[in-house]
Amino acid sequence: MKPDTDTIVDTSTDTHASPRLAVAKTYKLYLGGKFPRTESGRYYKLFSGGGDSGEVLANVCLGSRKDFRNAVVAARAAQPGWASASAFLKSQILYRVAEMLEGRASQFAAELVSMGLEPEAARAEVTTAIDRLVHFAGWADKYQQVFSAVNPVASSHFNFTILEPTGVVAVIAPEASPLAGLVSALVPVIVGGNTAVVIASHARPLSAITLAEVLHTSDVPGGVVNLITGDKAELLPHVGTHMDVNAVVYADDDRDQLAALREAAADNLKRVVQRGGVDWLGDDANDPYTILATQEVKTTWHPIGV
Amino acid sequence: MPMPETVSIPPSPPVDQVGIHERAARFASRSIKKEAKVQALKLTLSMIDLTTLTGADSPGKVKQLCTKAKHLADPDLPGCDDLPHVAAVCVYPTMVPVAKKELDGTGIHLAAVATGFPTGQYPLPVRLEDTRRAVEAGADEIDMVISRGRFLAGDLNYVFDEIAQTKEACGEAHLKVILETGELSTYDNVRRASDLAMHAGADFIKTSTGTVSPAATPEVTLVMLQAIADFHRATGKVIGMKPAGGIKTSKQAIHYLVMLRETLGQQWLHPDRFRFGASSLANDVLMQIVKQASGNYQSGDYFSLD
Repeated sequence: MKPDTDTIVDTSTDTHASPRLAVAKTYKLYLGGKFPRTESGRYYKLFSGGGDSGEVLANVCLGSRKDFRNAVVAARAAQPGWASASAFLKSQILYRVAEMLEGRASQFAAELVSMGLEPEAARAEVTTAIDRLVHFAGWADKYQQVFSAVNPVASSHFNFTILEPTGVVAVIAPEASPLAGLVSALVPVIVGGNTAVVIASHARPLSAITLAEVLHTSDVPGGVVNLITGDKAELLPHVGTHMDVNAVVYADDDRDQLAALREAAADNLKRVVQRGGVDWLGDDANDPYTILATQEVKTTWHPIGV
Repeated sequence: MPMPETVSIPPSPPVDQVGIHERAARFASRSIKKEAKVQALKLTLSMIDLTTLTGADSPGKVKQLCTKAKHLADPDLPGCDDLPHVAAVCVYPTMVPVAKKELDGTGIHLAAVATGFPTGQYPLPVRLEDTRRAVEAGADEIDMVISRGRFLAGDLNYVFDEIAQTKEACGEAHLKVILETGELSTYDNVRRASDLAMHAGADFIKTSTGTVSPAATPEVTLVMLQAIADFHRATGKVIGMKPAGGIKTSKQAIHYLVMLRETLGQQWLHPDRFRFGASSLANDVLMQIVKQASGNYQSGDYFSLD
């Protein structure tokens, strides 16, 4: 069901009866299946069209290290349950996310335009995000059989290799592609049974938070995806040093930021997956090997013939 | 026919439920940071009764728990070079000999639950024998349960007598009286049971067995702390307090310490006068201590299993 000119509700001009104030949405964080404000109480102003002044679109939460900590606690608590959900169920849930996103496509496009994207680019962001979800929903019950192996060995063992989720993964969303890029970086992580803490685009955070609403209404269990808006330079050192984050998918393009993240993560041997420089709207982002990037490989030697 | 002699202890004052809730909520809003936090965390460790109370307890499990009681964390970890040991290890009577062997000479107390834990629904002679055997086997602290059924039926004499007789059976061992507040329905009942236990000879009063929900809550603990304060004022006797069950995080534990300090004063901030009955609390406290010293958030993966 798409809105057309007759069904678009625009309260700001529809003032023929008594003037009505539009109800503006408060953009908040998404932690453990809830939408709290940042514990720090800090905000930054987001201006229309992505500029430094003018009409204020929203006061966006400037998330703190404690918000990140709480997000990791929620993600850790949700991880075993999500990992043990059947592949079919994960697939169904991700497809459901696509359904919900499709129904709100116009809202997402309008939100992206308000943050400065051209209408054509905004539409491409939304349709790519939906298609990406459907694509990886299909991979949920396939990646294990494609990437696992039975290995020939020279002793009397049945030797096989399977994949297991690495655990809690931080996803640093790209600034350039606020919806398609975010979805493309996030979905391969959760389709493999990991739970995620997303640091959203700082310049264009609104579609990330609206995506959290979509996830929330799609049977994605609380805590599987947690989303924080804020200053990446402030948050990334804590992402790197946090002992309970197993991997980081860095999908932005700032080389210095990536180097600093790698340095902070070196102490605790955390895996840092670089996914910068990707054409988020292109087919490259459909690569199923991106699922593999946040999986652990387990090989089992099972004695036979004894 | 002679009437049974009634317990002649002073009447207990009524408990202001709304006031208790408001006051307990205030303690949770205190902010304890930096050096004060580290001190509170170490004090918490020294007050823990490390507990295992399941049907599946085996000598191996108890040995492991005792080892943990003696060596809480790797001393090479940041901030862990001068950790206190826990106050006690708390086990079922059959496991006392195993724990006794492990804890001899360490200064760690050995507590045994007795008197037909956790329900107390056994004949009194059996429950007293249970106590005597636990003490003979080497327990120097006994955690008894009261007959909640008798208490709720109004048979206070019976409850008074069973506590007094258990105290006698304890000999030199300290007696902690578990009220099982989750089954007592009202704060007035909790207050009455606390007064009863203290007059009957309890050394400690304890909230819960850990098998009934709700277990320890800040509210019920506050009611009991106030009973202890009034008893101390009236008789000069010092009674200890032990909340048990459901205290899992450092933050909760620190809130309890704040409540203790502000209700009973500085001299109660000691393992001889306050205990936490907990199993998973210790690891969370250790993670917070390492976090304070290293600046990095910690993961449960790097601390011993309980």
